[in-house]
Amino acid sequence: MLRRLLEEGQRVRLTIDGKPVTACVGDSVAAAMLSCGLRYCRTTPISGEKRAPYCMMGVCFECLVTIDGINNRQGCLIEVREGMRIDTQLGRRTVE
Amino acid sequence: MRRDYDVAVVGGGLVGAALAWGLARDGQRVVVLDEGDMASRASRANFALVWVQSKGLGMAQYMGWTVRSSDAWRQLAQDLRAQTGLDVCFERPGGFHLALGEAELAARAQRLKRLHNQPGAADTSVEVLDRAAVERMLPGIGPEVAGGSFCPLDGHVNSLRTLHAFHKGLHLLGADYRPGHTVHDVVPAQAGFRLMTSRGEVGAEKIVLAAGNANMRLAPLVGLKSPMQPNRGQILVTERAAPFLHYPLVTIRQTDEGTIMIGDSREETTDETMLDLSIAAVEADRARRMFPALGKLNVVRTWSGIRVMTQDGFPIYDQSERYPGAFVVGCHSGVTLAANHALVLAPMIARGRLNADLVGAFSARRFDVAKVA
Repeated sequence: MLRRLLEEGQRVRLTIDGKPVTACVGDSVAAAMLSCGLRYCRTTPISGEKRAPYCMMGVCFECLVTIDGINNRQGCLIEVREGMRIDTQLGRRTVE
Repeated sequence: MRRDYDVAVVGGGLVGAALAWGLARDGQRVVVLDEGDMASRASRANFALVWVQSKGLGMAQYMGWTVRSSDAWRQLAQDLRAQTGLDVCFERPGGFHLALGEAELAARAQRLKRLHNQPGAADTSVEVLDRAAVERMLPGIGPEVAGGSFCPLDGHVNSLRTLHAFHKGLHLLGADYRPGHTVHDVVPAQAGFRLMTSRGEVGAEKIVLAAGNANMRLAPLVGLKSPMQPNRGQILVTERAAPFLHYPLVTIRQTDEGTIMIGDSREETTDETMLDLSIAAVEADRARRMFPALGKLNVVRTWSGIRVMTQDGFPIYDQSERYPGAFVVGCHSGVTLAANHALVLAPMIARGRLNADLVGAFSARRFDVAKVA
């Protein structure tokens, strides 16, 4: 389990799969998810395997999540905002 | 000389692999001499359509040959699956060519009319549809789509897995596959041929040149010719999406694994290491005007590839008069024609003679006519 080094700083409120949680201002979505104890953030489009954030710097694309209804966002490159709605990315994104 | 093999196939791409597989199934002792991973290889850079509509303007026999292969593809896919366990995901729901604006639709209808007015034209059941008819089958088209043509014989396949399946099948049939064996020279011998490769010499009774654009260099070594005129195509690939496009288009298709491929340019250059973003932008723009929802998808890859292309765009199938054991097989549509190559052409080569009734029109002798005239 990951643990924060510093617990100080201003908090923001957001939801992950509908559940209210808090994160620190400046956290990336991926960091916020990991600090909440989530074990995976998406399932893969072909085999449905569970995957979690890995490189945390925008190159591996393992941290894809749905943010405010938009599929396949890179969680490690997007900062949390007050009221953000984060959902597990289940398989392929949809085209509407 | 050594005659280790009944037949040596030069080139292990889709054309060479399909022929080699067909030859090996026919009981021939086969060796495939291939280049390495760095080879310029259309089999790894293609649009994976099994495509009928619009092919054959200028050579009606090509229409019939293409229809035949499209019809045989299901059998090929079944045979490959039964032998290798690999599903090459062949689907033939029919395919579209969409027109942006009335002028494009009129030009499309005119072209199809000319194609089908040729003597000996094959029936492809292609239809020109107005916007309303297209929209019933393709909901989500953009406001500029004026209509399009639909051909029920068009389809697509997973072409990378097809290449893999042929190679797995070749291995199971006991054929020898030799990568890294670039063929530099072919020397006709008393009974057969000696092939000089970058890794030594190989002997075979017959040879099949299936080396793509390199056929141009190899064919004259055995009294054949294969005039080529390669060009470049660029492709954009989006992230994987849930199925939304249920028919392939000539320029847009959704793969079995969800990505959407957008193509396909035709450029004079043959440098496949560079991209031209102004061309990619036109491709993306046209795709988005056809299906506005595509504009929201992220493009995750873009690449270019060199088409194998004969000088007139039609296949070249020929047998050397001077050295009758030498064959040349080259064409642009290695995916579409894979079923014919494996199931029809390979058995002819196994028996040592091309059937002129079926493939005589594809002899490279057609290029001599212009010279005489």
